[in-house]
Formats: sequence, structure tokens, C-alpha cells
Amino acid sequence: MKEKIRIGCGAGFSGDRIEPALILTEKGNLDYLVLECLAERTIALAQKRKLQNPELGYDVLLEKRLRGLLPLLLEHKTRLVTNMGAANPIAGAKKILELAKAQNLSLKVAAVFGDDVFEFLTGQEHSIENNQPIQSYGKLVSANAYLGVEAILPALETDADIIITGRVADPSLFLAPMIYEFGWGLDQFDILGKGTVLGHLLECAGQLTGGYFADPVSKPVPDLDRLGHPFVDVFSDGRGIISKVEGTGGMISEQIAKEQLLYEVLDPDHYFTPDVVADFSTVQFEEIAFDQLRVSGGGGIEKPETYKVSVGYEAGFKGEGEISYAGAHAVERAKLAGEIIEKRIKEQITNLRVDLIGLNSLHPTELSQNSKPYEVRLRVAGMCGTMEQAQLIGEEVEALYTNGPAGGGGARKMVTQVIGVVSTLLNLDQVKPSFQLFSV
Amino acid sequence: MKRLADIAHSRAGDKGNILVLSLIPFDEKDFDWLVQNITADRVKKHLQNQVKGNVTRYVLTSIKALQFTCEDALAGGVTTSLALDAHGKSLSYALLEMEI
Repeated sequence: MKEKIRIGCGAGFSGDRIEPALILTEKGNLDYLVLECLAERTIALAQKRKLQNPELGYDVLLEKRLRGLLPLLLEHKTRLVTNMGAANPIAGAKKILELAKAQNLSLKVAAVFGDDVFEFLTGQEHSIENNQPIQSYGKLVSANAYLGVEAILPALETDADIIITGRVADPSLFLAPMIYEFGWGLDQFDILGKGTVLGHLLECAGQLTGGYFADPVSKPVPDLDRLGHPFVDVFSDGRGIISKVEGTGGMISEQIAKEQLLYEVLDPDHYFTPDVVADFSTVQFEEIAFDQLRVSGGGGIEKPETYKVSVGYEAGFKGEGEISYAGAHAVERAKLAGEIIEKRIKEQITNLRVDLIGLNSLHPTELSQNSKPYEVRLRVAGMCGTMEQAQLIGEEVEALYTNGPAGGGGARKMVTQVIGVVSTLLNLDQVKPSFQLFSV
Repeated sequence: MKRLADIAHSRAGDKGNILVLSLIPFDEKDFDWLVQNITADRVKKHLQNQVKGNVTRYVLTSIKALQFTCEDALAGGVTTSLALDAHGKSLSYALLEMEI
């Protein structure tokens, strides 16, 4: 058993930058690289791509992200753990082999699956959010259980260079290598809680190195244009030291880590994952050297008795239209334009929202009541049952060009199909994770 | 007139229709003041036109930070919201607008 391992996080969401993972792998001296690329809705969209073509359904950036990374992973003996399999980990694994073959690389990929529980649902299951049967939300398109370390560990026990999963709880991607390397027991909940703290801190990649933190006035962070992503040295007692590759942009600090520890955490005393209910309230940070932060404390209690399942459903079509006004009476003209649109389409599209970008589109109106922007942009958005209805919104905004008010410019229109997501629970024995090994 | 932004920073996160806001003092000496003055009720009142549900406050003495969990706050949540900022990521700075 090892005393210490180093895990880096090279991507924190599906659209993340490509090069930080390359730099981490080349210069970070990593044992493991994690790429976390799967948000709540991403998997439902991937499921739709898989339905159209059974060879698709993995992350759309997989090829772009991995092509240059594969030779570096092998050269530096760094194992990759990623959820880029999305709705189709097996097709993702096959695509990775194809990329390797094209570069004359020899490697093994383990595809972890079993998170797709769509066929096991009746539609009668109640949602956590509103306690309504999930089928009442709309036509169901996907259902994926958040798997935990138990799904990843058997794959780690093989000699796979890459482990590609579908839906897995984000911190589990980090916790699994810790358990595997340190021999932690799956019932040692206190130390699993500590490992989960470290996984949670790293899972959003650049958010821990100052990205989402930065404010040039109150919280300046250097060289954001070449922001480095973080790694953690994990010790066998569950403590960690967070750092990043020397010379990359961004920084490591206690203030940043505090923000990230609480990010998306509903209850810091009880952070639920499939592995443990972690306690973040006892975590401590200490800056021990330049760009080095020690993390200690944290803990956990017994894991939940159910799997959380993310269910995707067809929620209709969102239509949007925008147009800008500037100079004298810009706000008054934009307001008039919004009123005109409302009068013309409110009867057909009842779920309509009108905002003035530059005045009240992000924050409640009362917070900006004293500001007088030089230019504003009208935004009209509506949820519709059909695509034709949704198109009407942008068309009506565009028609303001000639029909007034004066000086409207830069009209844009957009329609998107909306996949909604609700959650439900399944018993542990209803989900059966498995894996398959591929090599070239 | 001072605002929360002068003494503290915040990060916004979302889980479905729930908005999560941290509040962390730049100087740990201001932590006790924040605990005494920035209550769940005060946050609810400040964001009354954004947050339709309950606000729960957590006090983290170990890292000297507050966490506010705001229910029914994101127009249905990121997947179906009509808001421009459907995640509510910009709302940390709405909290920091609070006059103190």
C-alpha cells in the first residue's frame, strides 16, 4: 500500500478548456488524472444522441480532449478516470481505442456501466423535488443512477490505463483511486468522508485555482488566461495538500478553498454521496507554502440506503429573441419594445419572461433601480409546446426593427429543445454496476 | 454607505431549484459580526423577489464562513428556467449588494 498518491483534475465540466489537462499530465507528476465532464442535463442530451446513433452518446469533446492526452498518459504512467462515457461508456471506450490505434499506442480501457436504469423505471416513482410521479413531468428520455466507488473499484483492480464511466457521483471519481491505493474499507466512513472532501474540492478543476473566484477589484488572481488546474497529494490518513503546476496561472489559497468547499453544498454537515454522508463542517485549511494548501479534518457517517437517479424528460421548446437600444431614452424604448411583444404574443405563449439586459436580467429589479445604463438589450424568452410556437418569439422580436420603437439594433433569435431533469431514488439492489475491458 | 461586498465574498451554486450562497469574510475578525447580523431572515428579505421559499443558514466556525440554502429560488432550476442566468451563478453578487 502506498503512503501518498497525487491526483489531478484536468476538466471540471463538459465545456472546459483542453490544455490544462495536458500540462497537468506532462508536468504534474500525477498518479491519476480525473476529467469530470458530466452535468445534470448533459447525460440526457447524450442519451438523445445515442438513440439517433448507437455508436454515439459519449462526451462530444472526447476526441478533442483525449487525442493529445493519450501519449502523455502512457509516457508519464498516469491513469485516467473520467465520466466522459456519458450515456454510452462502451462506445466511448471504443472511440478511445480508435484514437490510440491511429497513434500506434497500445493501451487498455475499462468501461464502467450500469448507471442507465431507464428500463427499470415504471414512471410511477415519485420525484424528490415535488413528490409527483416522474412520468407526469413529460415524456421520459433518460434515467441514470449516481454510481459510487463500488462501480469504479473493480475496474481499477485491472491493469486498465483508462477508466471511463457514465453517471458517477463526482467525488467518487477521486475517492475510488484513494480507496484502491490505500486499502481503505468501504465501511470506514470517517476516512471516506475525508477523501470525499478532497474530491469535492477538486472536481470543478479551475474553480479551485482561482477561476470562478477572481474579481480584479476585491479578489485579484494572476494570469487567468493560462489558468492552471489543481492537483492534490493525498496521504493514507486522508489528509491532503492542494497545489498546481509551477508557472501556470491562477493561485492556491485558503479563501478560494473556502468558497469551493461550500460550492453547491446544501447542508455542510451532511453531504450525500453514494459512498458516505460526509461532514464538511470540521474541515480546516492551512497555507503551508506558496501555492500549497493543507486540508485536514472532515469526516463521515454511513452511506445512504438508496441511489439518487437523475431522470431526463422532454420539457418543450424554449424560444428567445433579443434586441438592443442605446443612448437617449434607451431604457424607455426597450421597455416599450417589451410591452409590444407581450401584447402581441402573451395570449399564445403564457410562460413568457421579459428582461432588460443591463438593468434587470440577472438580479432582481430593485437592486438596480438607481442605475441608468447607457445601453440595454431587450430579452424575451418563452417556454412552448411546439417548435413553431417557440420560433414566433424570436420572429416577433426581430420584427421590431421596422415596426419600432426607434433605434433597435442587433436582433438575434434562438430556439432550443428543453430537456428537464428531476430526481428520484432507487434501492441499492435495483442497480447493478459492471465493467468491460477493451485493449489495443 | 457600506455593502456586504466591502467585507465579505461569496460564491453561488445550484442544486435543482435551490440556490446555495456562501458568505465568507475577507478578514476573519468580521466573522462574529456576520454571524450576529446576517441572518437567514435578512437574506430572505434582501432577495425576496428572487427567493420564493425558505432560507436556511449554516454557520461553519471551523473555516469561519456562512452558508445560505435558498429554496425555490431559481425559476424552476437550470434545466427549465427561462432566466438568462439559469444557474443563478451571478447571484453571489446580489447577496453582496446588501447594505450594512
